[in-house]
Amino acid sequence: MAFHPQDDGAPPPLRRRPPPPCVLLLRHPPHFALLDRPLPDGFRFLKPWESPLPLDGFLSSPDARPAEAILTSGGAPVTADMLRRLPGVRLVVTTSAGLNHIDLAECRRRGIAIASAGDVYSDEVADLAVGMLIDVLRKVSAGDRYVRRGLWSSEGDFALGSKLGGKRVGVVGLGRIGLQVAKRVEAFGCTVSYNSRKKKPYVSYPFYSDVRELATNCDALIICCGLNEQTHHMIDREVLLALGKEGVIVNIGRGSIIDEKEMVQLLVQGELGGAGLDVFENEPNVPEELLALDNVVLSPHTAVFTTESLSDLCDLVVGNLEAFFSDKPLLSPVLDE
Amino acid sequence: MDSIGVLLTCPMLPYLQQELEKRFRLFEFWQFPQRTQFLEEHSGSIRAVVGNISAGADAELIEALPKLEIVASYSVGLDKIDLGKCREKGIRVTNTPDVLTEDVADLVIGLCLAVLRRICASDKYVRSGEWKKGDFKLTTKFTGKTVGIIGLGRIGTAIAKRAEAFDCPISYCSRTVKPDCKYKYYPSVVELASNCHILIVACPLTPETHHIINREVIDALGPKGVLINIGRGPHVDEPELVSALVEGRLGGAGLDVFEHEPEVPEELFGLENVVLLPHVASATVETRNAMADLVIGNLEAHFMNKPLLTPVV
Repeated sequence: MAFHPQDDGAPPPLRRRPPPPCVLLLRHPPHFALLDRPLPDGFRFLKPWESPLPLDGFLSSPDARPAEAILTSGGAPVTADMLRRLPGVRLVVTTSAGLNHIDLAECRRRGIAIASAGDVYSDEVADLAVGMLIDVLRKVSAGDRYVRRGLWSSEGDFALGSKLGGKRVGVVGLGRIGLQVAKRVEAFGCTVSYNSRKKKPYVSYPFYSDVRELATNCDALIICCGLNEQTHHMIDREVLLALGKEGVIVNIGRGSIIDEKEMVQLLVQGELGGAGLDVFENEPNVPEELLALDNVVLSPHTAVFTTESLSDLCDLVVGNLEAFFSDKPLLSPVLDE
Repeated sequence: MDSIGVLLTCPMLPYLQQELEKRFRLFEFWQFPQRTQFLEEHSGSIRAVVGNISAGADAELIEALPKLEIVASYSVGLDKIDLGKCREKGIRVTNTPDVLTEDVADLVIGLCLAVLRRICASDKYVRSGEWKKGDFKLTTKFTGKTVGIIGLGRIGTAIAKRAEAFDCPISYCSRTVKPDCKYKYYPSVVELASNCHILIVACPLTPETHHIINREVIDALGPKGVLINIGRGPHVDEPELVSALVEGRLGGAGLDVFEHEPEVPEELFGLENVVLLPHVASATVETRNAMADLVIGNLEAHFMNKPLLTPVV
């Protein structure tokens, strides 16, 4: 006769399972929402916006205490103060490409691991940077406007653009994104040189330790670095003047890497040839003067927002959370440099 | 050489006109509204025609110029020149290959990115103040998309090289299979269209390639597919293309050429999944100057009895 433990009618013994890890969401991750994707199972998500308390109050409340991880997107900062109030936090996962909204030093001090968006965005950001460079040099958006306004019929041929081949492109910040930009522009016959915090050992592109010198020797500058204390307003009037009347700047980093006021003035005065800008100092506000210029291409911070990258990103967020809480290595850890 | 009459069919790059004037007796065709009268008076001294994509040398013009020896086109495309007639009469023909290959290929990629990433539409979104009300929508990635090229000549090859830098798998359709070519060949445009995300027209316009993009091809490309045309307007059945775009049966289009330039179907103006350009694929200062130099170089070579630089006939 087979022995079935349940046969006597008693319930099966309780198996001890660890409670699901508690993850604090600073706001509902837009990336999941945009794809209509549910949050992953196996975690308990703390949602401060569902509390009657403001975020500040919620963080001090007992409801927030169990947090072991924080999931943030670019707009929601992870500050030292927040980390002080959540001593259980061991992991910060960010969905953004940039890290300037996280107090990295405080995380390091507390031994908190950080998972970034890794390589998920590199292709799309590089694609947009190159797309904007081509647009500015070849007047794609301006030409499209010309046609839609009926000017081709009434005014005749459109203005000539400038050839990409042979242009010297300076990449500011030769990280993942910068390297992808470099690879792409080379296929158009552009030559690449770069500025970075440190010279990269396995890279053959000419290195300039001074960004102004890079600008002097380039026809186009593409800003691919992160925003931090050193890079804030790094692209100043001097650098832009060095880039010159025919020079083009493309920014897919952060608005504040460029001294925006100076750049606008130089563009208006014709001292700078053109600009492709996906980011601004005070988004979504864009300096009015730029709206009247035909030699600028303006983009509403869309460099990462394709369906493919969001899908990859959601997979990566889930993958990082699952890895961390199963004591496995993070898929995309931010390592100290 | 300044007694040699050269007929310029329509206004072109000022640099070209200046250089022609320095060397030849230049007749600006559009300055003479009474064409028959003009031809009666001057046809005896016209030994060369410089044409372009708008106005070339058709049979009628060729017949009206008994002293014509050479047609130098300020373009690579030859669809506005009656090549058969030229051959018949022993008239030489030159064009401007190679110097514009890169510009055209560059613009193709620019159009792919502009359409897929909605660069022009998002620029408009910012300029119109819409960004203050909310974020722009999601777009789709270009890197890795399958690219199908119709015509793998100089321009097609240059396009493929650039698309490869974006990790795009490349396939093509051509009159013949290219030997030693690493890209996948499809024997028909419909099959190519069924198997790629972005279809690019990069072949010359001939009677065989007229309306090569028809309803069947558009259906095969489908509601997520994108058409890029930097060939000639007549490569595409334009009314079919317009209705497919308006009805959402085709995902998007980047068009530099149209059937009746400079007329562009107005139904396209309201669509954000199309990018419309005024035939600018070779329109850079550098390239137009290089094209002009080739025209001058070919004419000089001819009249000095030297080998032509870029002969077609």
